[in-house]
Amino acid sequence: MNPARTLATARRVLRQLSHDPRTIALMLVVPCVLLTLLKYVFDASPHTFDSAGASLLGIFPLVTMFLVTSIATLRERTSGTLERLLTMPLGKADLVVGYALAFGAVAVVQAALATGLTFLVLGLDVAGSAWLLLVVALADAFLGTALGLFVSAFAASEFQAVQFLPAVLLPQLLLCGLFVPRGDMQPVLSAVSDVLPMSYAVDGMSQVVHHSGVTGDFVRDLAVVAGCALLALALGAATLRRRTA
Amino acid sequence: MMNKHPEPAVEAAGLRVVRGGRTVLDDLAFAIPRGRITGLLGPSGCGKSTLMRALAGSQAHVTGTLTVLGRPAGHRDLRPRVGYVTQAPSVYADLTARQNLDYYAAVLGIHRRDRPAQVDRALHDVDLASHADALAGAMSGGQRGRVSLAVALLGEPELLVLDEPTVGLDPVLRRDLWRLFHRLADERGATVLVSSHVMDEAERCHRLLLLRDGRLLADDTPDALRRSTSSDTVEEAFLHLVDQADAADPRTPADTAAPTEATPR
Repeated sequence: MNPARTLATARRVLRQLSHDPRTIALMLVVPCVLLTLLKYVFDASPHTFDSAGASLLGIFPLVTMFLVTSIATLRERTSGTLERLLTMPLGKADLVVGYALAFGAVAVVQAALATGLTFLVLGLDVAGSAWLLLVVALADAFLGTALGLFVSAFAASEFQAVQFLPAVLLPQLLLCGLFVPRGDMQPVLSAVSDVLPMSYAVDGMSQVVHHSGVTGDFVRDLAVVAGCALLALALGAATLRRRTA
Repeated sequence: MMNKHPEPAVEAAGLRVVRGGRTVLDDLAFAIPRGRITGLLGPSGCGKSTLMRALAGSQAHVTGTLTVLGRPAGHRDLRPRVGYVTQAPSVYADLTARQNLDYYAAVLGIHRRDRPAQVDRALHDVDLASHADALAGAMSGGQRGRVSLAVALLGEPELLVLDEPTVGLDPVLRRDLWRLFHRLADERGATVLVSSHVMDEAERCHRLLLLRDGRLLADDTPDALRRSTSSDTVEEAFLHLVDQADAADPRTPADTAAPTEATPR
């Protein structure tokens, strides 16, 4: 890995995004609009908004970054630019980490906007600090980027890539504890939810909702999310082949 | 001056590539001299692109010997020394020409200080200086292809592997690009391998490799080819060689897409 090439890749990805203001607007505005919607959906039970809103602050960056990264890397694979880059002195890690850095930067802005809005305007009430929510949101965005990179290797077209959202993320969304506490599910499902990374993304958020300081569980949840992201990045890098048939 | 380097830029022996169970290149042996323009000619589907991918190191399942600039093809030391242009332009549609080149220059390890000058020179070489800040996606196919070609000129590679770089271009641009190829060979000492299925381009090469159905029909200069086949043009010479090969090997069917993996050796 070479820092100059990694940073050049991150800058290139951000430059590509900068030519597409509509995508940037959608990435930044949609989570805010949905959180506002949620606030008034739970108009009668503000306490539900506190827990569901916090969980969604973690889920939105994961989903957005998953989608954007899987399409962006798929385009890289199908346009021939990936083949060209891999005939050049670019390390696979330079490419993968460059993408993670670029979309990580977008995730910082997205998470800051969404967290700021829910705290300052929508009056989200949690025991812990907003900064901790931001940290979890960033880890989730990183996980989304890593998963998106990985699954793009299994998609031959944009149609297939988009279908990985319901295939990979929807089951995790159903099992992550957003709708029903994970302990109340059928035991097999509960066990499955224990090995899905999004469960830890949502658990980390709940820790901040219910506890004022940094708890041991919070650190564990964060470590699991970051570990899964690193694993997915490594697997994603392994799917890049310099020689193809 | 041309023969300053006695060893050729590319040397192949017993080169074979299998794709999806089909032998695409079969037992090729040839040498490409340094500092010259070598044309790789043959009908569509004859294996030109596969051979170029093998040279660039992006083709899997290559067996036999393929030496590029003294190293096995695809060796990591070769990555900054070989410029490769794929048939379809491989540039980012959502970046401008200049931004595309700037990124690829960074990947090639060209110092930040030298990048603007190198990028400008490459854009000038392919006659796109006036379109430097246009999005590649908004360009015509021919312009996008030239951005892709400009990428390969960055860092002054010793070997340029160009897969049909002039296809779909108007005559003036084609002439200008051929002048550029000659300048690269004469002034910068670069070895240029250009593929084409247009035979009139063959006349502009120093040497020719004629490929048909994954086999090498000829490896010679255009003059020598015309002379040995008593033809007026390279196209005639090529057709003559095809007929000769068919006559000598009645097994070869007229259908060039037929599988050849069952060939007894």
